[in-house]
Order: sequence, then C-alpha cells, then structure tokens
Amino acid sequence: MSGTAAAVAMSGVGVTFGAGRPNAVTALEGIDLTIQPGEFVSLIGPSGCGKSTLLRVVADLLSPSSGEVRLGDRSASEARANRDYGMVFQSATLLDWRKILANVELPLEIMGFDPDERRARAREMLELVRLSEFEDHYPWQLSGGMQQRVAIARALSFKPSILLMDEPFGALDEMTREHMQMELLNIWQTTGTTVIFVTHSIPEAVFLSTRVVVMSPRPGRITDLIDIDLGLPRRFETRENQQFFELITSVREALRRVDPAVSEPWG
Amino acid sequence: MKTRARTVVRALGVLLTAALLWEGYKAMGQATGGVWPFTEVALPVRTNERSMPHTWDIVMALFRPARRGGELLLLVLVKAALFTWRSAVIGFVSGAVIGFGLGVLFARSRLAERGLMPYVAASQTIPVLAIAPVLVVWGGKLGLPTWVAVTVISAYLAFFPVAINTLRGLRSPEVTATELMRSYAASPKQELWKLQVPASLPYLFPALKIAATASVIGALVGELPAGMADGLGRAILGFASSFSAAPEKLFASVLIAAMLGIGFVGLVALAERLTLPSLSPGRAEPEVVPA
Repeated sequence: MSGTAAAVAMSGVGVTFGAGRPNAVTALEGIDLTIQPGEFVSLIGPSGCGKSTLLRVVADLLSPSSGEVRLGDRSASEARANRDYGMVFQSATLLDWRKILANVELPLEIMGFDPDERRARAREMLELVRLSEFEDHYPWQLSGGMQQRVAIARALSFKPSILLMDEPFGALDEMTREHMQMELLNIWQTTGTTVIFVTHSIPEAVFLSTRVVVMSPRPGRITDLIDIDLGLPRRFETRENQQFFELITSVREALRRVDPAVSEPWG
Repeated sequence: MKTRARTVVRALGVLLTAALLWEGYKAMGQATGGVWPFTEVALPVRTNERSMPHTWDIVMALFRPARRGGELLLLVLVKAALFTWRSAVIGFVSGAVIGFGLGVLFARSRLAERGLMPYVAASQTIPVLAIAPVLVVWGGKLGLPTWVAVTVISAYLAFFPVAINTLRGLRSPEVTATELMRSYAASPKQELWKLQVPASLPYLFPALKIAATASVIGALVGELPAGMADGLGRAILGFASSFSAAPEKLFASVLIAAMLGIGFVGLVALAERLTLPSLSPGRAEPEVVPA
C-alpha cells in the first residue's frame, strides 16, 4: 500500500444546504477521512448525521460547500467521469422494463462497451451474485434480496475500484440481510474492491467492516473511528464470537456519546 | 389471446346493453305516452320514431342507398370517415410529435416550462369551434390547401395531453434512478433515452389515446368551416339538416363517427401492447379513455 494514493481522501469537507439563508442547515462539517485501497469502511450514526450526504459527496452527486474529496489521484468529479466507483442504493433501482441481464448491462451500455463484451461481463457478474438462471426475468419477478444482488452485480459490472453503498440491505428482512452480508463479504474479498457502506445497524457495520466510522448529527461530524480486527474471512460463527460482542458494545457506546436520546433504538 | 377474446365479448356486451336500454326506454315511453310510469312527468327525450328510431332501423339504414339510386349509406359514411381519418392521423402524428417535443423541452428546462406552460394551458381554453374558422381563413390567405387547416386544428387538440403526460412521465423516475445515471456519468441524451423515455411510456400511451379521439374531433370540427364536402363532419351536418325526413341516417352517421374514434383508440392500444410487452404488476394497464 505504501506509495500508492489513498482510495478515498476527504479533508475539511463541509456541506451546508441553503447557505446564506436564515434556514440554512449544516449537514456536514470538518470531515477528514482517509480510506486505503481494499478497506471496507462503514459509516454509522443516527438519522440526520449526514452519512448518506457524505456518500453523495464522494460520488460527486453533491458538491461540498467546503473542503476537498479525492478518489485515488483524481478529484471527485474526475473520478465520476472516469467511472471509478459503482453505487448501490437502499432501493435496488432496477429499470423494470429491462430484463435482469439488460439491467446489469446498463452501465456497460452507457460506457460504450461492445455488445459481446457487455453480455459476457454481465453474465460473469450475475454468476458472482449467483443469479445466472434469472437473467431472462424481469425485476418484479425477483424477491427484494435478489433484486439487491442484481444491483450489486450492476455496480460491479464495469469493475470500479470503489463500491459506494447507501443502506443497501436496509429494506431486507433479518435473515436475508445476514445472507446478503456474507455474499457481499465474499464479493469484496474476491474483487478487492474498496467499499464505503452506510448503515443504521451496529451488528451489520461490525460484521462487515475493517473500520467503522461513527458520526454525530447536527452538524454531521466524525466522532470515532473504530478498527474492527475480527480477522478475515468472516464466518457465520464470527457473529457468536466474544470479540464481536465487544466491538458491538464499543460502537454502541460511541453512538451513545454522540446522542444519548437517539442511541436507544439501536440497543 | 384469451384476454383479447374477452375484450371483444365485453365490447359486444356493452353495445348490446346500450341497444337494450335504448329500446327499453323507447318501449316504456310509447307504453306510457311519453311520461315516467305512474307520473305526469314527461320523459327528457321523446320516444317517437323521429327522436329515437329503432336500433334496427338505424343499422338497416346503413345498408340502404344514401340517396335514391346512389351508393349504400354505409359506403358513403365509411368513405367519409376514412377521408376525415386521414386528416386526423396527420393531425395526431404532428400533435404527438409537437407534444412530445414540448414535454422533453419542459423536462429539460424549468425556465421553458415556466415561460411557455401557461400559454400551452391557455391554448386549450379557446374553444375549437372558435379557432377553427380563423385557422381556415388564415390558411386560405396563405394559399394553403384546405386540408392543412383541418390537420392543424386536429393537431391543436392532440398535442396538449401528450405534452402534459410526456412531462409527467419524463419526471417519473425516482431520484435514485437519476443519481444512478449520473454515477455512470451518462450524458443527458443517454439519460433521456435509456431512463426517462422508457419510464414515460406508461404515461404517454393514455395521453396518445386521448389525443387520438381529440384529433378525430378536431378533424370533424375543422371540416365544417373549411367546407370540405368529402368528410364525415360535413356528412353529419348534412344528415342533421334532413333530420326530420330521415332521422336514422343521422344516427347512423353518429354511429360511424363513434366507431372511427374507437377504432383509432384501439390502434393506439394495439401499439401500446406491442411496445410494452412487460405489463408488470407495478405497471398497471392504463384505462381506455372514453371517446
């Protein structure tokens, strides 16, 4: 890792909505965060802490009011133009007039890959998320978990070095969710992609990440960085491990310091 | 195609029910002497042969010569309908293209929407009966053939629903879908054709159905001041003036006019079925707008 640029480097990032107006809202303030290639970093914090906003700043879907974001040796907007990252949202956001294979091909189509290459890559990605036999289905014929796997395949189809995920499993039931977490970890380890993962769930953040970033609301700030040294690969038993519980406790404590009133729902 | 068979049966059922109601009302009126049963209250429409000819007389009239020794009424009316339809199709297509173009423009530019939308909306408050003669006169002054004015009137009625629904449809994708396209650094053109236009189709087709009927109405109304003798508009007017002598001919021409509108909407519905093969649960079939 020495000598190479950080995967993502944010310095002094601030976002103010409606700046200059009396009802201006400071969503983010003084964010400094450096993420190394291959890391899996979760952003966690109560509602309104700006974690999704921060993800959108990294994605160049939102311009910061202050500070700088770099992805590798590019600015955020250059990185977007260069298709350096793939994005997954809480809703799968599949285009319902396209079959599954065509949905995975969408970014490749936009990026001008030729049809054969497109098809081959999309098939490879569907294999990765184990949905090959569904390539001729329409999105609405798939369960929520399967749709989200398609969304992940789509985000990875053009082999971006960074994967940005905004509460991707937030709408799934607990069992599907744990299953998806294992799948995501496998994909992450297979592809070596850097992941930034926004979540509301403490166990999810701990189980998945190499590092958890705890954020506080009003204005959104980073209050704690917690290294998750659970070792790799993570297994089903990892969740029953003493160290896992201890790490969950330390993230929960960090969240409680952030906002005692709203940390309860995560208990 | 089980559903298609069901559609045909349903359509015939509606037709039969309408005929039965017509005949039932007529029979009731004739039995009571033109009042509601057990009252002295007069029926709103008289039930004599002139006001309400028998349904079978209307149908039979189609198969008798329109004029003594002339062509069958059906043939005359179908020819007139096809003539009118030609104007309506040109009006429909140009109206749809203009409406779609305006929708795209408005979706792209809030400024254009704010600046032009009030005029677009206001254009529809001018009665077509008022604007039709003006357009015919202008067309005449410019030396254009009369059918041009008729198609302009037809397009004038057709473009509006298309413009409004195209705009709604282009704005229908959820925010994350738009963000997704931006995350791929898609060009505005790619976003339009790969996301917005496909997403707008379920909004566009109901508008096209409304536009189809509106374009027929526009063509019919336009033919009157234009003095086009070959169209259905003129035929209806002609039979209306000889109403007392042969009321069934007027009703027969109304029937053909209705069938023209329904047929045109049916064609659009067919195009819709071919374009949207995946009628998912999340994509409910839009209702057919009554003519």
